[in-house]
Amino acid sequence: MLQQSISKLISEDQQIQYLLHLADNALILSHRNSQWCGHGPILEQDIALTNIALDQLGQARNLYQYAALLITEKTGIPTTEDQLAYLRDVGEFKNCLIAELPNGDWGQTVLRNFLMGSYQFFLYQELQQIATGQLKAIADKSIKEITYHVRWSADWVVRLGDGTTESHARMEQALELLWSYTGEMLEPSDFEQELIGTQSSYIKAAWEAKIAAVLAEANLDHPKNDWMQLGGKKGIHTEHLGYLLAEMQFLQRAYPGLEW
Amino acid sequence: MRLIIQKYLYGDYGDGHAGGLEKASNQDQQKEWPLWEVFIRSKQGLDHKHAGSLHAADAIMALENARDVYTRRNEGMSIWVVESKHIHASDPDAAAEFFEPANDKIYRHPSFYDLPDSLKHM
Repeated sequence: MLQQSISKLISEDQQIQYLLHLADNALILSHRNSQWCGHGPILEQDIALTNIALDQLGQARNLYQYAALLITEKTGIPTTEDQLAYLRDVGEFKNCLIAELPNGDWGQTVLRNFLMGSYQFFLYQELQQIATGQLKAIADKSIKEITYHVRWSADWVVRLGDGTTESHARMEQALELLWSYTGEMLEPSDFEQELIGTQSSYIKAAWEAKIAAVLAEANLDHPKNDWMQLGGKKGIHTEHLGYLLAEMQFLQRAYPGLEW
Repeated sequence: MRLIIQKYLYGDYGDGHAGGLEKASNQDQQKEWPLWEVFIRSKQGLDHKHAGSLHAADAIMALENARDVYTRRNEGMSIWVVESKHIHASDPDAAAEFFEPANDKIYRHPSFYDLPDSLKHM
C-alpha cells in the first residue's frame, strides 16, 4: 500500500491524477501486449509486438517518474515509479477500460492497439503544443513511437479486415467487442479538463476521421452503436484488471523493495 | 516455430515470377509467407550490407519486420528488402571453375609497382 499521505495527495491533485492516467494507459496496454511475447503468430511479428510493448513500458516509466518527482516534492516523502506502478490497488488505477480487456486473438489485439494508439497519437500531438516542461518532453519522445504503433496496427487491421473470409469475420467480432470501450478515451474526466479539456472535441473529431478511414479501407462496417462503457478513469474497472495486477504486482508485494 | 530457410540457385526460378513490390495474388493459398533478404545501411555514405532474412507477406510488411528485427539497437538508417527468390546465387559446386583460376594470377594485383616515397596512404 502507498502511504496514506501520498494516496491523499493523489486523490486531490489533478495534475498528478492526469499523469497517472496517461501512465496507467501505457502500462496496462504494455502489459497486455507483453503477454504475447513468445506466442506471436510468427517470429517477426512476435518481435514487433514485443518492441511495441517495450515502447509503451518506456512511456509509462517516464510518466511515473515525473509523477513520483512531483509527489516527492509536494509531500516530502521519497516516492518512486515502482511504488506507483506496483503498490496501488485496482480502484486507484485510472486507465481506460479498453486497455485492460483480455487480448483475445491476434485480430482483437491489433485492433485494440489501433484504436488506442490512434487516440494516443492525436492526444500526444496536442500535448506537444500545450504541455510544458517534462510532460512536453515526454510527448515529444513518445509521438515518434506512437506514430509507428499506429502505422503497424492500422496495417494489420487492413490486412485482416480485407483478408480472408475468416480473418474478416474475426475482425468484425473484435470490432463489435471493443467498440463500446472506445468512447471513454474521448470523454474527458475532471482531471483532464484543465490541460486538455478545450482540445478534446478536436481530438475526438480527428480520431473518428482516422478510424473511419482505416475501417473503410479494411472493408469493415463502421459500428452504429454509440452507447459507451465508462468508469476506468474513475477507478471503476472490469474484473480483468484485478487479475492482471495480481500477476504484475506479485513480486513487489511479496518482496517489498526487491530490485533486480 | 520452425523456419525453413531455403536459398535458390540460379535457374530455380524464372524471371517471369512476380516482383517484390506487387502483392502476391495467390496469398490465400500460400501457407508460408515468402522469404526476404534484408540489407541495412548503418550510416550515411556506407553501403547497404546484408543483415539476414525474414518472412513477410509483402514488401511493406518485410520492411516493417526488418525494422523490428534488425534495427532494434539503432543499427540502421536505411533498409532494402528483396524477395529471396530474386537473388541468383553462384553454384557452390561450380566454385572450382568460377573462382580458383584467379588464385594464381598474382599479376592482377597492383603489387609490382615501385611507389615513390612521397606517395602516402597506398
